[in-house]
Amino acid sequence: MIELQQVTKSFNGQKVLDGLDGTVAAGECLVVMGPSGSGKSVLLRHIIGLLRPDSGKVLVEGKSVPDLSPEELRALRRDMGYLFQSGALINWMNAHENVALPLRETTDLGEDEIRSRVQRVLALVQLEQAAEKFPSELSGGMQKRVGLARALVTEPRIILYDEPEAGLDPEMSANINRAIRQLKEELRMTSVVVTHSINCALTVGDRLAVLEHGRFLVEGTPQEVLDSDMPRVQQFLGAKRD
Amino acid sequence: MNPFTRTGAGLLRPAMAKAGYGVWLATATLGRLPHLRRRFRALLDYTYLAGVRTTPVVLMVGFFVGMIVSLQVGIELARFGQQESIGLLVAVTMAREMAPFVTCIILAASVASSMAAELGTMKVQDEVTALEVLSVDVVSFLVLPRVLALTLAAPLLTLFADVVGILGGGVIAVTQLHLDFSGYLHNAREALKTTGELIPLPEDLYVGLLKSTVFGFTIAVVGCAAGLQTSGGARGVGETTRAAVRTSIILIIIFNFFLGKALHS
Repeated sequence: MIELQQVTKSFNGQKVLDGLDGTVAAGECLVVMGPSGSGKSVLLRHIIGLLRPDSGKVLVEGKSVPDLSPEELRALRRDMGYLFQSGALINWMNAHENVALPLRETTDLGEDEIRSRVQRVLALVQLEQAAEKFPSELSGGMQKRVGLARALVTEPRIILYDEPEAGLDPEMSANINRAIRQLKEELRMTSVVVTHSINCALTVGDRLAVLEHGRFLVEGTPQEVLDSDMPRVQQFLGAKRD
Repeated sequence: MNPFTRTGAGLLRPAMAKAGYGVWLATATLGRLPHLRRRFRALLDYTYLAGVRTTPVVLMVGFFVGMIVSLQVGIELARFGQQESIGLLVAVTMAREMAPFVTCIILAASVASSMAAELGTMKVQDEVTALEVLSVDVVSFLVLPRVLALTLAAPLLTLFADVVGILGGGVIAVTQLHLDFSGYLHNAREALKTTGELIPLPEDLYVGLLKSTVFGFTIAVVGCAAGLQTSGGARGVGETTRAAVRTSIILIIIFNFFLGKALHS
């Protein structure tokens, strides 16, 4: 479970999060939409402890993330996955080595078990054939799918997706969205998805929130939010539908 | 706050913060030495990059530095009829000062800059953040093999520079000062015979090797620290690279003075 209580964050005097409240129940998928620069990625970085709030609380599994020691934070992150917008693959390692990295660095698993797990998640993102390729030999979409495989290989209980379908063609976007939905349903992962895509929100989200001016303007099931009569929400989502 | 204080604080605070990070990184790297077995493969790779690939440049520069020392000092010695002592002076100057200094300046310009650029690019492309999120120990994974590789490569390269520098000095001794090469070499060997009290090696040689070990460690920490503190995209990487080389060279000169003074006394 993830809880955000009155979270405030400013950069150079400009408030990005302004008393943000929100909850993601265990096994639930919250989709966060909002204009560019509204603080969606900043929100994810607070949840995984890359940023500390100026005030307010960020609780993950009941633990206050900003108050954790480096060791406690590392232990918490082992239960979390994070898909970066760019994939953020280590450039001198091939796809297999990138996916295997968290297992080699943070577990005592043998090489056979690591190989089998890596092959399983690469198959999930349809990249078994690209295991030996380096990031520079992969397209942007393929890099993102390797990034997704790397986020999933440790079988985390919580996973955060930063624009999972950005830069992908429509067919691959649909595949990624289906994979996220499948993971949520089969593994009961708690997930937060930051996206600009209504299709993604409708496919994967249990709940949808629109973030602007540092707070959620509206929150509810995707259909409730789409039916919202708030002018700003309609303006934003209407533009996305077009 | 008056304008002088504000200007001073604005200039000093970032510099102090960077220095503090560098000291922390150096300490944290030493604390990760028990991880060495897991990083052995990376250590070999970086030793190859830092050592083997820099060897031709070090050999060429070392040879010419030896010739320059021999020529400049030899001309002056010849005025007093003391040119036979040139072997002694070239050997001691190369071993104590010129070889470690020149080798580590080359390493700062080539290896520290590439470390800063590589880690800086990783930082701005979120690869370092990805490692943190994956609970990978960034100091152990990225910094330890690089720092250790340069700390080991620097004294080895310095030793090569010593040898070629003395040979270069010999070429000048024979062609310009009209000395016998075997006499020159004998003179140089005699100069390096004095062994230290603590270590049973030629004192001038190990003073130089000790210096270059310290310089190698410093250069690598500066390069890695600069890279890991990069922000601001491609422009930030460029600034980081420049700062890493500048800081490394300044620290080499300062440490050279203090180490020279401490080891001499």
